[in-house]
Amino acid sequence: MVVIDLFNEMMTYPFMVRAFIAGTLVALCASLLGVSMVLKRYSMIGDGLSHVGFGALAIATSLHLAPLAVSLPVVVAAAFLLLRIKESSKIKGDAAIAIISTGSLAVGVMVISMTTGMNTDTCNYLFGSILGVNQSEVALTVGLSIAVLLLFVLFYNRIFSVTFDETFAKATGTKADLYNMLIAILTAFTIVLGMRTMGALLISSLIIFPALSSMRIFKQFKAVVISSAIISIVCFVSGLTMSYVYATPTGASVAILNIAVFLIFSAIGWISGKGLVK
Amino acid sequence: MALLTCENASFAYEGKAAAKNINFSVESGDYLCIVGENGAGKSTLMKGLLRLKSPTSGSIYLGEGLQTNEIGYLPQQTEVQKDFPASVYEVVLSGCLNRLKGRPFYGRAEKELAAEKLEQLGITALKHRAYRELSGGQQQRVLLARALCATQKILLLDEPAAGLDPLVTNELYELIAKVNRELGLTIIMVSHDINSVMQYASKVLHLDTEQLFFGTVEEYRTSSIGARFLGGPFHGGN
Repeated sequence: MVVIDLFNEMMTYPFMVRAFIAGTLVALCASLLGVSMVLKRYSMIGDGLSHVGFGALAIATSLHLAPLAVSLPVVVAAAFLLLRIKESSKIKGDAAIAIISTGSLAVGVMVISMTTGMNTDTCNYLFGSILGVNQSEVALTVGLSIAVLLLFVLFYNRIFSVTFDETFAKATGTKADLYNMLIAILTAFTIVLGMRTMGALLISSLIIFPALSSMRIFKQFKAVVISSAIISIVCFVSGLTMSYVYATPTGASVAILNIAVFLIFSAIGWISGKGLVK
Repeated sequence: MALLTCENASFAYEGKAAAKNINFSVESGDYLCIVGENGAGKSTLMKGLLRLKSPTSGSIYLGEGLQTNEIGYLPQQTEVQKDFPASVYEVVLSGCLNRLKGRPFYGRAEKELAAEKLEQLGITALKHRAYRELSGGQQQRVLLARALCATQKILLLDEPAAGLDPLVTNELYELIAKVNRELGLTIIMVSHDINSVMQYASKVLHLDTEQLFFGTVEEYRTSSIGARFLGGPFHGGN
């Protein structure tokens, strides 16, 4: 079997094993949280957070600090801030996100050009690299991803309720603000963890595409969640393989596969909506 | 003691009074309709009763052992729900969330309750349908079933007939009256559609930022404000 041989060959490289384990877990987390983010109209928050992550990563690298240890708290703080802005806004939500995204990107690029200079590392931060996950980060990524998954499963019913109807949830005694914050923090974790392989500019595709694709076809929340998880993992593993075989950028490969799935699912949704297929 | 008492409660948005000095009380089994023009502070008061907004002065008491998380609510539909992928059953079951306390998942009791409410509102057949594909009237029934899962005592409704056609509106009002009569639930409903509601409600609270009237429906009919408001259904109060 060609596929199995290829897989075995890929797994002989430690960097591939790391990218595979970390990436699959992050793709899974991103797709689950993505359903809630997309439905709550928070997609752009996810995108904004990844740009903040890039800025933090650039600063951490130039100061020779551990990239994850610096970016995690910064991105979590940004998640708090962006949610606050969405709730009480003088500057409207979308504009605020744009300011923070472009601002962080500019700071990141400036810091890089003043220290190491623009090089392949910069390119890898922005667009992802198959070599992105180093040894010390695998354990952290696995640990945090499992925490995200556990919290998502345990709070699944609450997340549904808060996503479908925040006012009702609040009125009947659910601490909606707490769960909004939980969703944002878990998303912040996921973005930081996924940024190394997917790249700062492309990580939000992991969050947004699987959920949107699933919503074209499935009409139940649980079905959408499960379908998103499957799409996300399949696209990530295929994208990683593509990246290995054809030496394409990992982030872009995964994102393009996600776009393809989205188009296929949209077509199926459109056809079944027309009643041509039952 | 009354089920719910509003004592001199005032609400404001950014320092601007939205509802002032509201005084009323609701007994168990009452059907109170809160009426008034757009911008009269009806929805603000509703938010206050649900504890989503705290009064700037005065207070709201709950009596007869009613807990803050035992209030059922039928909100106005949101933009998010129009394309939300959820089955009717998922939506109705989510009304049981306040029964979970610390537990993460729904148990048999919650599932049975959701099934019972679907049956009571005549929507068991819709159980596996997609919420977003239902008609407006069906969606309101689903949200009503969800609200009934959340409460056994009191139900608050915010313009439940908004956007429904007259026939469906009447069916919905009949259903709410049935919930009041047969399940013994106390109803507080915000509506500007006073004429159709008068035949079901037992008490009326009329707002125009300030409280213009609170009393029984009979008293309201004979009051000067009531006569004026009821007299010109198509021209509004003034």
